[in-house]
Amino acid sequence: MKLVCAALAWLALSLPALAEVKIQDITTPAGIDAWLVEEHSIPFTALELRFRGGTTLDAPGKRGAVYLMTALLEEGASELDSREFARALESLAASFSFDASDDSVSISARFLTENRDQVLALLRDAIHSPRFDPDAVERVRAQVIASLQNDTKNPDSIARQTFSKRAFGDHPYGSDGEGTIESVSALTREDLQQAHRDVFARDRLYIGAVGDITPEELGALIDKLLGDLPATGRAIPGAADVQLTGGVTIVDFDTPQSVAIFGQRGIERKNPDFFAAYVLNQVLGGGSFESRLMNEVREKRGLTYGVYSYLAPKDLAAVYLGSVASANDRIGEAMSVIRQEWIKAATQGVTEEEVEAAKTYLTGAYPLRFDGNGQIASILAGMQMDGLPIDYIATRNDQIDAVTVEDVNRVAAELLDPDGLRFVVVGQPVGIEETTN
Amino acid sequence: MARVHSLVAAVCLLALPLSAESINDAVTSFELDNGMQVVVVEDHRAPVVQQMVWYKAGSADEPIGSSGVAHFLEHLLFKATDTLDSGEFSATVAANGGQDNAFTSYDYTAYFQRVAADRLELMMQMEADRMVNLRLTEDNIATERDVILEERNMRVENNPRSLFNEQLNAVQYYNHRYGVPIIGWKHEMETLSLENALAFYRTYYAPNNAILVVSGDVDPNQVRRMAEATYGLVPANPDLPDRLRTQEPPQSAERRLIYKDPRVAQPYISRSYLAPERNSGAQEKAAALELLATILGHGTTSFLTEKLQFEQPVAVYTAAFYSGTSLDETTFDFLVVPSEGVSMGDAEAALDVALNKFLRTGVDAEQLERIKMQMRAAQIYARDNVDGVANRYGRALTTGLTVEDVQAWPEILQAVTAEQIMAVAREVLRPESSVTGWLMSDDEVTQ
Repeated sequence: MKLVCAALAWLALSLPALAEVKIQDITTPAGIDAWLVEEHSIPFTALELRFRGGTTLDAPGKRGAVYLMTALLEEGASELDSREFARALESLAASFSFDASDDSVSISARFLTENRDQVLALLRDAIHSPRFDPDAVERVRAQVIASLQNDTKNPDSIARQTFSKRAFGDHPYGSDGEGTIESVSALTREDLQQAHRDVFARDRLYIGAVGDITPEELGALIDKLLGDLPATGRAIPGAADVQLTGGVTIVDFDTPQSVAIFGQRGIERKNPDFFAAYVLNQVLGGGSFESRLMNEVREKRGLTYGVYSYLAPKDLAAVYLGSVASANDRIGEAMSVIRQEWIKAATQGVTEEEVEAAKTYLTGAYPLRFDGNGQIASILAGMQMDGLPIDYIATRNDQIDAVTVEDVNRVAAELLDPDGLRFVVVGQPVGIEETTN
Repeated sequence: MARVHSLVAAVCLLALPLSAESINDAVTSFELDNGMQVVVVEDHRAPVVQQMVWYKAGSADEPIGSSGVAHFLEHLLFKATDTLDSGEFSATVAANGGQDNAFTSYDYTAYFQRVAADRLELMMQMEADRMVNLRLTEDNIATERDVILEERNMRVENNPRSLFNEQLNAVQYYNHRYGVPIIGWKHEMETLSLENALAFYRTYYAPNNAILVVSGDVDPNQVRRMAEATYGLVPANPDLPDRLRTQEPPQSAERRLIYKDPRVAQPYISRSYLAPERNSGAQEKAAALELLATILGHGTTSFLTEKLQFEQPVAVYTAAFYSGTSLDETTFDFLVVPSEGVSMGDAEAALDVALNKFLRTGVDAEQLERIKMQMRAAQIYARDNVDGVANRYGRALTTGLTVEDVQAWPEILQAVTAEQIMAVAREVLRPESSVTGWLMSDDEVTQ
């Protein structure tokens, strides 16, 4: 008992103030906005660039063009071919990573203060003057196709793709941004050059920087790096219809453990009830061991190693997703427990105690995210893409704390839709039937 | 081309401040009276702390027939103690806004929490409590055994690459427990009992077999005071056994495996060689192997990428791996994923041609200097990730190394010569101690 009392006594104390993250909103001489956190204690800088649009910018019939184009940015630029570029980057002990996801192309760079200008010259070439050399295109294309081939026999990928297709149909969200083996095989160098023009433009650019750099230095750096990007790129597609209906889809695949993705329509980031929904999800299936799903499916019944749910408010649609994996003869029970929990939360709500525990966890865990310069730079760029105010970090926990059990239960009744919950199961599940719709 | 020359020239001008403000300055270590070792890594940029407790007990310390018990026990440590209900440990961490988890490897089992810095002492109280006060029931055993079996399903049974790796490892080690999977063989996991778990717990969970690593916004003196008031009260286990393991006999037969699974979409070749590990006071060979792996198979500029992906494009991916932080002999590994239309035999032959060529031509001095430059810079970047530094100490101290060994490592890496790399390459890349595996789908012919 002694320990328990100690724990309760700790709880009575107020949670500590968040580490002060002093964000400066700068506008460069050329008129580009960026958020900066100066952190001079370690002589390096993390820079995060995001270009909104991502793989949804693929032209019709060119699925995978943005992804392949992004993968080729580090494969030779300006006067340097692929290996020369890699050697130059290594010599400077800097790192770049390029990634294309559904809603953005992101570029994360990390470089030492002492050779910052040389690194930035390389990054500038990668962004502005990628070569798309035919041998590099073929080499990276073969890697992407190898990965797509793996996906065809990976139950997690099959589940994800089947679910996306059901949820979003012909919208770009409905298919894999890496493309298909057929579409990637058919991409030409011109397609990649077109994708490059489609993606990189100033009207969709968001910048976060953290580290050993002053606002003046950052402003000059950004202008040199991005000042002469074109003003606009390809139009971003319109919102996607969430076409999910309730039921079960089974994809037969010979493997011992069935993998299931489940989901329904979600809630947008801008919705005033977003935080209530966020707290609700923490209680229902958020990442901790304390969630109802984890407790019912794993702790009580031992049906799975992990079961989670999460809100996925994307730019062009919002869904509420989850995942679970259980042996073929036990997945049916796991799904039925999940469905029961969905119904229970929708109809009976959650308790005040659960809401308070979730809020304490969420507010306490928030500062743990600010974990290193690269991580913070990424958060800064993400905040801007989400249209959040610059003081959001200081006010976010107050917004969570303001959520009441009444809010959560009102949102639970509105949002949770047991009849609209779709399960996609990949494996050879025993005792469950595919629904006909 | 002029650009490249100017960049290479610039490298020579870089004088990275290795001695000034190195990550070592942020590290303090001491020992409690009961033999528990403590390492503190300071970073005061955010009011956050990570506590880790590492036990010098992993799957390779398990008794024969109980494979998986170290990992099973790791799961069971979240159940009841004398003072906490089952699940209350994690619930209390969460109620304090923290995150917790644990992991098991061949040589260690570790538990960690990340919380606001002023919650550290509570975490220490709870972690010290479950070091000796666990109260398990038969019910815990039955349910949690199902959970670890589902974990095995997820990580291994559903993944042909993991099944393949299990078979390769089992063949690499004739007599050492590194040949048994950390998660356990399925048929042995199914029989793990309360007695198995408790026997492992009582033998190995004690302060004189544990290392506390605290990183973040903490003062080493306060950590010492709190550690003395919590872990310091737990008596040492006087019967802690010596860590003796069955060792490998000389390996004198090249081994080959073919693993077929219809779920394989992308066949590949795996090759491993038995290799020496880092040893306290004698890390030079391991340092040379680490550089060798980087030279041969890390990224676009590596030797194998050059030979197998650029010069003669027979592979879509190549890599070399070496991890020297291990109590006993480890492995040096290669991976080759053949290009479409290239047979497994041709891809493997190309690997051997390339390795032979490397053994004849030696190390490219410029490449070695670039790698060393990156390793120097890594020490600057490491100061941005003290939890990563904490991890490094935990792994080292549970695999026979000391704090001094960890701190000497960067300089040992810098001192490695091209000749030492070639010598260790010739020593380790012997066919007689190697295992070559082909992972294939079952509809492919092998030749």
